[in-house]
Amino acid sequence: MMILEADRLAITFGGVRAIDGVSISIASGQVFSIIGPNGSGKTTLLNLVSGIYTPLDGSIRLAGETVTGLAPDQLARRGLSRTFQNLQIFSHMSVLKNVMVGRHRHERTGILADLLHWPSVARQNQATREAARVALARVGLADLAERPAGSLDYGALKRLEIARALASEPTVLLLDEPAAGCNPVETQEIDHVIRSIVKEGITVVLVEHDMRLVMNISDRVHVLARGRTLAEGTPQQVRSNVEVIEAYLGVHGSQEAAHAFD
Amino acid sequence: MSLRALLEIRLLPAILVAAIVIILPLFFPSAYYYRIGALVFIFALAVVGLNLLMGFAGQVSLGHAGFLGIGAYSVAIGPVHFGAPSWLCLFVGAILSGAVAFAVGRPILKLKGHYLAVATLGFGLLVAIVLTNEAGWTGGPDGMNVPALTLFGWRVHGSDAWYWIAGATFVGGFLLALNLMESPTGRALQAIHDSEIAARVLGIDVARKKLTIFIISAMYASVAGSFLALFNGLITPDVAGFLGSIELVAMVVLGGMGSIFGSLVGAAVLVVLPQVLTIFHEYEQALLGLIVMVFMIFLRQGIVPSVTVALAGWRK
Repeated sequence: MMILEADRLAITFGGVRAIDGVSISIASGQVFSIIGPNGSGKTTLLNLVSGIYTPLDGSIRLAGETVTGLAPDQLARRGLSRTFQNLQIFSHMSVLKNVMVGRHRHERTGILADLLHWPSVARQNQATREAARVALARVGLADLAERPAGSLDYGALKRLEIARALASEPTVLLLDEPAAGCNPVETQEIDHVIRSIVKEGITVVLVEHDMRLVMNISDRVHVLARGRTLAEGTPQQVRSNVEVIEAYLGVHGSQEAAHAFD
Repeated sequence: MSLRALLEIRLLPAILVAAIVIILPLFFPSAYYYRIGALVFIFALAVVGLNLLMGFAGQVSLGHAGFLGIGAYSVAIGPVHFGAPSWLCLFVGAILSGAVAFAVGRPILKLKGHYLAVATLGFGLLVAIVLTNEAGWTGGPDGMNVPALTLFGWRVHGSDAWYWIAGATFVGGFLLALNLMESPTGRALQAIHDSEIAARVLGIDVARKKLTIFIISAMYASVAGSFLALFNGLITPDVAGFLGSIELVAMVVLGGMGSIFGSLVGAAVLVVLPQVLTIFHEYEQALLGLIVMVFMIFLRQGIVPSVTVALAGWRK
């Protein structure tokens, strides 16, 4: 079953077609990676799919339902969550409270109950706290629960964002460069976390520059260049695709490409 | 045991504040101090509401005295022109303020930062101008007399009576704010403060939450405004003026953004200081400004958060 489908998406910024007729079709339970040189439109595509941008053209379907033009919070309530390339941590809150916010869509209270601290609110706070602790334990941050989120190091913050998104129990989780800026040990931890997420049946859409991670973990890889689809296939197919190599070496010419396909 | 521990932690600040209200009069040398105390609690109530909006949700309002004005004139116009009981007018005023906040908040809460500040500023000015110009109803710039509050046949007058009413209401408002911050809504508001986009992708309806807290903070201000009018017995449009709004913001920031207890401290400092400084006559205002500047330079996060951090560091 296709859990997330985008059909001929397009968006322009100041006349530039940042995404130009891209279609993706993601099967439930897969790891679907989007790769491409810098500026190829990977994050823009994620922003379209997660409702942060509204597409100029094209349509998006989540679990068979058309969701084109819905706001991020509406999509989140339908089970689509994400993390951010540049971290979006609630830095004034504790690590645990960050993850508790992730439970928001499962909490059922009204403003009067909240103001009066009715027993239902107390019960729910307790349930939320426990679920948040479970999510923290899954990414290995259980010991840091009471710390201010702002005091964590970079690799831990990356995992905190994943825990927060996981706490919302998404069916589809978009990860925007979870390993960017991480050292090899931290990248390995991210790899483990993603594998455990997939084991639960959550579909993962991954935008990532670390080619070793992408090639190890993905079921399918979608390659973008200048806002268009360049290729799609299994990691093996994409690796051997000459055009892909040219796109990297030609446009990008970076070491990243060199070690990506060695 | 666990329930008791929970109760202790959660309600401790409210119990402390209640204790302050009760114990303080033991040190009052004259009835005049009840008057200052009542004013502190009345302003602190409005400041708690504004702090929920500014300190927790991160949305500024430079027009909050507008809601103070709506509350104040509700308990003046209602009894004088319609013969309605004051306590009823207080509730009607709070609901009216909430309704106005709903109508005004929907368009302007889409704005951010400085733009929101200017839009709310405009709202405050609008209320003050309406109160000044509608002289048939409000008495114009000279203001109007406010009939005393009568509760169950008891005519409330005297500073000590108002000290207890304002103090009790403040403790109630303090407790509600405390509850709110430990609830799903409170967590959502704090999340919005730090990252709206992250809040949205976690399913939080940001516009709706902002509107909710704007309405609540307006109702806090409205009740405080009603108390102020009933306590003083006279009200002028100045209550809704720009300086009033700035004073409320200064109390929030001085006491500590996001510190509910700081709201009391901020209100206390800015109500008590001018009284103390009257001995300096014409230099009163200048000294007040200087002292507030010094506070902010040395306690830049506001009094309560800065002192808390300093104490925590010192204990280590």
